[in-house]
Amino acid sequence: MDELQSLMHGFAVALTLQNVLLMFLGIVLGVLIGVLPGLGGANGIAILLPLTFTMSPTSAIIMLSCIYWGALFGGAITSILFNIPGEPWSVATTFDGHPMAQQGRAGEALTAAFTGSFIGAFFAVVMITFLAPLVAEFALKFGPPEYFAVYLLAFCSFVGMGKGSPWKTIAAMMLGFGLAAVGMDTVTGQLRLTFGSTELLRGVDFLVVVIGLFGIGEILLTMEEGLEFKGRSAKINARVVFQTWAQLPKFWATSLRACLIGCWMGVTPGGATPASFMSYGVAKQISKNGHNFGKGEMEGVVAPETAAHAAGTAALLPMLALGIPGSPTAAVLLGGLLIWGLQPGPLLFVEQKDFVWGLIASMYLGNIVGLIVVLTTVPLFAAILRIPFSIIAPVIIVVCAIGAYTVNNAMLDVWLMMLFGVVGYVFKKLDYPMAPMVLALVLGDRAEDSFRQSMLMSQGSVSILWSNWLVGGISTAALLLLLWPFISALRERRRRVVL
Amino acid sequence: MNNQASSRTPAGTRVPGTWQRRLRIVSSVLGLTGLLASLPLVDSAHAQAWEPTRTVEFIVPAGTGGGADQMARLIQGIIQKNGLMKQPIIVVNKGGGAGAEGFLEIKGAKGDPHKIVITLSNLFTTALSTATFDWTEFTPVTMMALDQFVLWVNAKNNAKTAKEFLEQVRAGGGKMRMGGTGARQEDQIITVSIERATGVKFIYIPFKGGGEVATQLVGGHVDATVNNPIEAVAQWRAGALKPLCVFDDERMPYKARLTESMSWNDVPTCREAGVPTDYVMLRGIFMPGGVTPAQRDYYAGVMRRVRETPEWKKFIEDGAFNPSALEGDAFVKWLTRTKEEHRGLMKEAGWVTK
Repeated sequence: MDELQSLMHGFAVALTLQNVLLMFLGIVLGVLIGVLPGLGGANGIAILLPLTFTMSPTSAIIMLSCIYWGALFGGAITSILFNIPGEPWSVATTFDGHPMAQQGRAGEALTAAFTGSFIGAFFAVVMITFLAPLVAEFALKFGPPEYFAVYLLAFCSFVGMGKGSPWKTIAAMMLGFGLAAVGMDTVTGQLRLTFGSTELLRGVDFLVVVIGLFGIGEILLTMEEGLEFKGRSAKINARVVFQTWAQLPKFWATSLRACLIGCWMGVTPGGATPASFMSYGVAKQISKNGHNFGKGEMEGVVAPETAAHAAGTAALLPMLALGIPGSPTAAVLLGGLLIWGLQPGPLLFVEQKDFVWGLIASMYLGNIVGLIVVLTTVPLFAAILRIPFSIIAPVIIVVCAIGAYTVNNAMLDVWLMMLFGVVGYVFKKLDYPMAPMVLALVLGDRAEDSFRQSMLMSQGSVSILWSNWLVGGISTAALLLLLWPFISALRERRRRVVL
Repeated sequence: MNNQASSRTPAGTRVPGTWQRRLRIVSSVLGLTGLLASLPLVDSAHAQAWEPTRTVEFIVPAGTGGGADQMARLIQGIIQKNGLMKQPIIVVNKGGGAGAEGFLEIKGAKGDPHKIVITLSNLFTTALSTATFDWTEFTPVTMMALDQFVLWVNAKNNAKTAKEFLEQVRAGGGKMRMGGTGARQEDQIITVSIERATGVKFIYIPFKGGGEVATQLVGGHVDATVNNPIEAVAQWRAGALKPLCVFDDERMPYKARLTESMSWNDVPTCREAGVPTDYVMLRGIFMPGGVTPAQRDYYAGVMRRVRETPEWKKFIEDGAFNPSALEGDAFVKWLTRTKEEHRGLMKEAGWVTK
């Protein structure tokens, strides 16, 4: 076992007192970054990157990657407590996490989210340790048609989300696609829907919309319903962690699926956000409790969090092995590698053994440290819900506004956030689903780019989506998932006819 | 480009320690000028004493992780590490609309000496295609380097030279795919130039970033790319890609072996290889219009000292940049000429009408 020996060597590199301290520091900073909406892992690392220039590359990457783990963990906290996703990949966590908090089960939801994250990350690190070259090879098979098929799969696995009118789902999704189209078109280089405004050149940022829809929208709803958080009566005790752990083993199938989806999406640069949505959608369709999703089902927290963290971790593999970042945060880390004089790519594993295995060892250690740090804070965070609404609401609005501003350092985004707050409120009142709109906004332009790149490649023939077993398999799976509700409805009817 | 030799370092000076000494000399000289400047008698020297009074915003008209972003963050790191500025400098990405967002902010900040911007070719391409700004509305500070473009193919391709590859493209009857970053930006300009110079046809497929483009070539989803050296060097060293020619009028100067048999210097120029096309990309620093010469000279001085550091030299060599550095009139002349070249190329491609 060559890898095991290298890994042990890596532990020796990573386990110095200084590095362990840096790990703790990184995790705490990361959790803070994750909690603040808008200040994402990518921004946080970019800001802190210059501080690490004086450290050795190994110490620097350990600290920065721990910030990354911390941000992955931290994103779930505000999603569950306030329905405000701290990071894009925690949007799907709000669907069941926040209802749980409203039922007074915030502690359980947080524990489930953190533990799920840890399991996802651990699964991905083990994969990186033993399968790195194979996985890197697999990632290379993905060209534009394959990407489009993956995005299609994400959309299709999510179609089952809409419980209400399918027309409302479609309307919401189209609005999302429309918003995603604002800005410059990658394929032709032309401006779309900017109405001559320079501020709209950068497009409508997904995070700004999400902060508005979920955060501000939630505040508006709560105000109407009597100025009180429903989670106020939450019972808080330190044993909640162990009580929740006792319930988790029964979700093993969902967790395993989430790990696989996460690793796959992380390696092929789909990233953590689509992974979390796809995992949630698949869990909802396959699980026995699927019909309860959205009402506070713990499984609905485990599925997206596990997948997001597995994807976030797996995203580092193509960065190290191929020099292509699987996520925006990985892109900033990549910049760091170059500044420290390391050349990411296939030879990194050969030429910089200390660095690579030190980093991989720190992934194990960092996630264990991370789990300890966040779990000890569960009662603390759950206690926030006991603060009276009249105090916490203005704080949330300020934090949201800062978050929206931080995304692009632009005031327009704060106004957009307010606007989408109202949109979120109206959506809720008229019973339009928000999830399809969010999904279309986050994946819309990437799906469009890869579709048009495919069409350029094939000179306009859709058959390119079935041009080899890989892309054909994903496309077919996507269509099956899309038609699944119809198929099962048909089967149901036939069975009834027979009876 | 004419200034190449002056900024290239003789190998002998790359001994550790010499740099610090030189830096110390430079800083003591600067200190002396500072002292002189504080004398009220010398009016012109007084003007030179300008220094930022608050945090400087360093705008990157591109997203995080790309070439311009990496360079800006390196400059920020070098400035902080060596204490080259008293006020902090922070990097801000404004990449919307192919960089128009960042440039329009600089355009709107007329007279503000606390904003600087790093440019890539979108200083010309985005300016021409959106017609919302022009480099003459900014204050040119200095050219930091020129980024090279190399014609890459997959290592499995049996073409040994650029000429052989173009024969393949010709035989492919316009079905071969060229991958590049963005639409109507530098990569597509080069593609169109090759097509015009040699009469072959490519299908150009735009992607979002250079790293992605290189990976698509490794995976065989496109047939060629014109990646910058730094974006593809790792794949070259691993034997997945091979360089056919560099789009510059001279070979790259770096002779250190990168693969078993080749250095950057062994890559022929495209002209030598029978593809009469060249293109280099500006990596330069600009300020908003309407700032004083003293303010401009301050940043030019800081950047000069950045270029003297060993970290910068290493970065330039690793990325196989063309280490040209121009300031003042020579820089303005270069900018004027390069913009006209872009206008010509983009007009012929039918992307701009005037």
